[in-house]
Amino acid sequence: MKAPERYYDFQKDISGCGIFGVIHKKRGLIPGEMPIAAMTCMHDRGNGLGGGFAAYGIYPDHAEKYCFHMMCDDDSAIEGSEKLLRAYFDLHHFEPIPTRRVLSIPRPPKFNRYFVTVPEKPVNEFSELPEEDYVVAVVMKINTSVPGAFVVSSGKNMGAFKGVGYPEDIADFFRLEEYSAYIWTGHNRFPTNTPGWWGGAHPFTILNWSIVHNGEISSYGINRRYLCENDYLCTMMTDTEVVAYELDMLIRKHGLSWEMAAKCFAPPFWDEIARMDEGDRELYTALRATYGPAMLNGPFAILVADNTRLMGLNDRIKLRPLLVAEKDDMVFMCSEESAVRDVCPELDRVWMPKAGEPVIVDLEG
Amino acid sequence: MTKREQRTLAAGRTYYRQFNEEIRALVREGVTDFVIRECNGQRYLATALEGDLTFDIHGVPGQDLAAFMRGPKIRVRNNAQDGVGNTMDGGRIIIEGLAGDVIGYAMRGGEIFIKGDVGYRVGIHMKAYLDHQPKIVVGGKAGDFLGEYMAGGIILLLGMFSDKPDAPVAGRSLGTGMHGGVIYVRGEVPEHQLGPGLHAQPVDSEDLKVIGALVEDYAKELKLDSKEIMSENFVKIRPFSHRPYGNLYVPC
Repeated sequence: MKAPERYYDFQKDISGCGIFGVIHKKRGLIPGEMPIAAMTCMHDRGNGLGGGFAAYGIYPDHAEKYCFHMMCDDDSAIEGSEKLLRAYFDLHHFEPIPTRRVLSIPRPPKFNRYFVTVPEKPVNEFSELPEEDYVVAVVMKINTSVPGAFVVSSGKNMGAFKGVGYPEDIADFFRLEEYSAYIWTGHNRFPTNTPGWWGGAHPFTILNWSIVHNGEISSYGINRRYLCENDYLCTMMTDTEVVAYELDMLIRKHGLSWEMAAKCFAPPFWDEIARMDEGDRELYTALRATYGPAMLNGPFAILVADNTRLMGLNDRIKLRPLLVAEKDDMVFMCSEESAVRDVCPELDRVWMPKAGEPVIVDLEG
Repeated sequence: MTKREQRTLAAGRTYYRQFNEEIRALVREGVTDFVIRECNGQRYLATALEGDLTFDIHGVPGQDLAAFMRGPKIRVRNNAQDGVGNTMDGGRIIIEGLAGDVIGYAMRGGEIFIKGDVGYRVGIHMKAYLDHQPKIVVGGKAGDFLGEYMAGGIILLLGMFSDKPDAPVAGRSLGTGMHGGVIYVRGEVPEHQLGPGLHAQPVDSEDLKVIGALVEDYAKELKLDSKEIMSENFVKIRPFSHRPYGNLYVPC
C-alpha cells in the first residue's frame, strides 16, 4: 500500500478550544465588546460548533433573585419548565432573553429568563432541603423530567449565554454588546468527543458557578458516577459539566477552599507528596484518598467564576495553554496573549501559571 | 551580497491565511526584509520559508511561528505564543520577551534565542545530524519536560531574566527520555527535577567553549552582557550511558 500522491498537501484547520476571562477587581463594568473581540481574535481555535459566555453583575435590579436562563426546544418545553418553576418557586419576573436573527445561527432554540426566589415554606419533596440545595434539586428536576428544556444558568446577578456557532455569532444572537459585567468568561468550542449541540456548549453552570474549559476530561465516567451518588445528574452530554457540579459539591457543600478544590482536580504527583513536610504530606495524601473520584484526568485549562472570583487552572502537566495578564484593576486569563492584546494593548504583566497551581483573583472589598 | 528589498506590512486583524499569502507573494517578487507591524495572533508566519530573508515582528505573532523554516532570521519585539520553530530546519529566531509552550518542537537546525521565561515542553524531540545542530537558549526559566525525548542539539538554560524569582530554574521531568544532545544549565539543578537515566555533571573546558560561543551570539542579539552570563558555573545534563534506550524494544 502506498500513500496517495502529495498526501501531505491538504488544507486542514488544526485547532483546540479557546478560552478568555476577565475580572475587574473594583467591580468596574466591562462592556460586552471586550470578551466578544477577544474571542473573535481566537476564532480559529473553534470550528463553529459551540460558543458561549458567562457574565456577572448583569442583573443588578434583581440581584437577590435566582435567575433561570432557560433553553427550550419548543413551546411544550417552555410550558413544562414554566409550570415547574411556578410550582417550586415564587416567580417575580420573567421575559424572553433578547435575541436577534442572525444568518449564521439557523433554527435556534427559544430562550427565556425567570427571576425567582425560594418560598418560605415550600410544600413539596424538596421542602427539607437548605435553600441552595433546593435550587440545585429543581435544576436537576427540570433537566431530567421536561423533554427539550434545559437550565443554562441558575445563579444570582449572573447568566450564561451559549449555543452552536462561533462565539462572535452567539454574541451577536444574544445581543451581548448590550450587557456590561464585572466578570466575563468566554469559550470557543472545537468538540472532539461529544456532540456539538446547544446544551453542550460552554459555559456550564450551577447556582453562581460557571466554568469554561479547553481540553477533555478522560475521567468523565468516574466523575459523573461520583456526582450521581450525590444527587447531581449530568444531562448535557459534555465532559465539562462535571466540573460545575464538583465545584458546587466540594466548595459549597463540603466547605473546601478553592485552592483545595483545585488540588482535588489536579493533585500533586505522589513523588511530590513524598517530598513535602509532614503536615502537607498528610493533607495531600488525605485529599487524594478522599477525593480520588473527583480528580480530573486529562488535559485541561479551565476558567471558573462565581460572583466574587475568577480562577484559572491547568491540568498538572499543562497540556493546554493558559496565560494571565494584568492591567490596573483588570486581570485577564486566556489561551493566547494576542487575544488579550487585541482588547488591551498595554499590559502591566504577562505570565504563564504553573501546571496544577490555581490562579485566583478576588474582587476587592 | 544579494540585492535587498524591504517592505513594511501592517497585520492588524487581517486573517492569517490572507496575510501569509501576501508575504509569500512578496517573497516571490524578490522582497527580502519584512517589517511586520501590529501583529496580532496571525498564525504560521514565515512557515516553511527558505533562504536569506528577515522578519522584524512588532506585536504578538500567533501559533507555529516559523514552523519548518529553513534560513530566515526572525526577530520578535514582544512575547511569542506556542509552537515557535516547530520542526524548523535552519535560520535564527530571536524573541525579546517570553515564549509559550512547545518551543522548538522536533527542531533539527538553526537557533532560537529567548530572552525571558518559556512554557512547558520546550525543545522536545530535538535532533541533530552531522553539522546540523539545533540550539535553543532560554534567558529565563523553563516549565516541565524541557528537552523531553531529546536526540540531539543543545539547550542552554540561563534562569536569569525571569519573572518568577521563586520558581526553580526548570520544572519536573527535565530531559525525560533523552538519549542524545546536551542540556546546559547555569547554576544548579535539583536532582529530583531530572528525568530517569540522566545526571547533571560539571562542565569541562570543551563544554565551556561551546557555551561561550553560544552565549556570545545570544548576548549580541539581545544586547546583554556575555561576561555576566558566563560569571556563574554551568552543569551539563546528559544520559549516563550510551544509547540508554537501545535495549528497549530489541534486547541484545
